[in-house]
Amino acid sequence: MLILGIESAGSQIGCAIGGHEGVLASAHTGKGRQHAESLAPQIDFVRQQAGIEFSELGAVAVDVGPGLYTGLRVGISSATTIAHALGIPMIGIPSLDLLAFPARWTSRLIVAALDARRGELFTALFRKVPGGIQRIRDPQVNTPQELSAELMMLEEPALLVGDGALRYQEVFSSIRRVEMAEQGLANPSARSLVQLAHALALREEFVQSWDIKPIYLRQPDAEINWKTREEES
Amino acid sequence: MSNLILGIETSCDETAAAVVEGAQTVRSSVVSSQIDLHARFGGVVPEVASRAHLDLMIPVVAESLVSAGVEAPEVDAVAATTGPGLVGSLLVGVTAAKSLSLVWDVPFVSVNHLEAHLYASFLEEPDLEFPLVVLLVSGGHTMLVLMEGHGRYRVLGSTLDDAAGEAFDKVARYLGLEYPGGPAIDALAVEGDPNAFNYPRSLVQENPDTMAEDRKLAFSFSGLKTSVINHVRNNPDVSTADVVASFQEAVVDTLVTKAKWAAAITGAKGLCLGGGVAANSRLRERFLDMCIEIGVQPFIPSRSMCTDNAAMVAAAGWWCLQIDGSSPLNVGANPNWGLPERI
Ligand SMILES: [Zn+2]
Repeated sequence: MLILGIESAGSQIGCAIGGHEGVLASAHTGKGRQHAESLAPQIDFVRQQAGIEFSELGAVAVDVGPGLYTGLRVGISSATTIAHALGIPMIGIPSLDLLAFPARWTSRLIVAALDARRGELFTALFRKVPGGIQRIRDPQVNTPQELSAELMMLEEPALLVGDGALRYQEVFSSIRRVEMAEQGLANPSARSLVQLAHALALREEFVQSWDIKPIYLRQPDAEINWKTREEES
Repeated sequence: MSNLILGIETSCDETAAAVVEGAQTVRSSVVSSQIDLHARFGGVVPEVASRAHLDLMIPVVAESLVSAGVEAPEVDAVAATTGPGLVGSLLVGVTAAKSLSLVWDVPFVSVNHLEAHLYASFLEEPDLEFPLVVLLVSGGHTMLVLMEGHGRYRVLGSTLDDAAGEAFDKVARYLGLEYPGGPAIDALAVEGDPNAFNYPRSLVQENPDTMAEDRKLAFSFSGLKTSVINHVRNNPDVSTADVVASFQEAVVDTLVTKAKWAAAITGAKGLCLGGGVAANSRLRERFLDMCIEIGVQPFIPSRSMCTDNAAMVAAAGWWCLQIDGSSPLNVGANPNWGLPERI
């Protein structure tokens, strides 16, 4: 089955097409480029590189976050619309799983940390299992200090991946047995998305386009302010 | 020539999709309003709006196709509002529209929201004669536009500060009326005396012949809003119905007078209303009377065509496609896009 994967929760945007034979084509736009502008032309480019028609796709995979809100929504809006228009099912995968997946060569605890801005991180913990990774702690919003405290408690060799981990390197440098993954793994990738989605597709773990819901982890500021006001009064 | 256009509108707090045939026949028009979501905040919250647009996009598009009785492959082009509006909200609709255009292999058309409002009238009255002056009044805009032909517009004047709809919302919020403020004031004003208080009418209490050109057809509502708020603050026991009726009268007076001047200056054959505030009962009534008085053909769209909808986006999209051709797929959202003036 051929799968189109769209990833836009991090500071890059990318898409890939792949299936049994692995990834047929992929592209990504670097940091700072405008997501919404580049996505549609990029999808068409990747489709042409893969040498397929849209009608040959069997599913659409998408990064469902957590991530930067606007980019996340652009990716999900595009992916769900394409799946709906083609009448094909979807696979939604969290951004932090995508970050952890390429680090599955390590026997250490894999700590995925994406920059959530405002001095916070989106984090989750994973462990290598035969054939992939297993999430052992669900995505959360943490300060670098909170994550650092969690890792000290665990007292286990860990590998930190993601742009959030790199940004706050110095906070983690004092913890024993913590290693930092290279810059090349700092962002979730559309290639990993397609690979992970393919494994799920084999197990027929599909959802419909209307079941895809972004993982925001934070409420809109207005909502938080409103609740605070309600509690005070 | 493309005939069936799917329009998508997500510039503010309405998620809308519509199928229009040849810029004339509305086959379907689905509008999902988020009013309830924003009510407790007393205004549109951009992040809340963006999240809701994403949740509603697929169901709204699907319903527009089903109720139009159209199978996806029959659609000839997809048009979406790309600005002005809230950037996060716009991006959800623009991205969906571009994705559909890609998969269906049909043209994508980027539509200006203000241009779409101009085309709302043509959906209900295709034979409107040019030159035409449109009074476009909404929560974000107050302007007079001269249409000399399809796709040929010039902004004659616009607001120097608040939009008329913004003044309605701010006054309503100050008075503790229900959200949204416009319809609340419209309803309450019926019980009040429009001549109870003589609130200021900015830029209309002068002789138009001696006014500076750039002020003649410009609007200003911020002074009026402040004056109403101060009046109520100093007279807490004043009748709210009288206040809103008098306030509404001042806004309507200003709008109608400027539209009348614009018709005289341009020699327009027709005068049209458009935008969310055009749903106001008093404005509709006074606008019609004025057109009859000066002998100009009036056109007032139905209320559902005045407020944000996607049928007007599809109609404007059809004309844009004829005039400028399709838009490239790397078009993004343009939150501060003004009306494209082509004359
Ligand atoms: Zn509008």
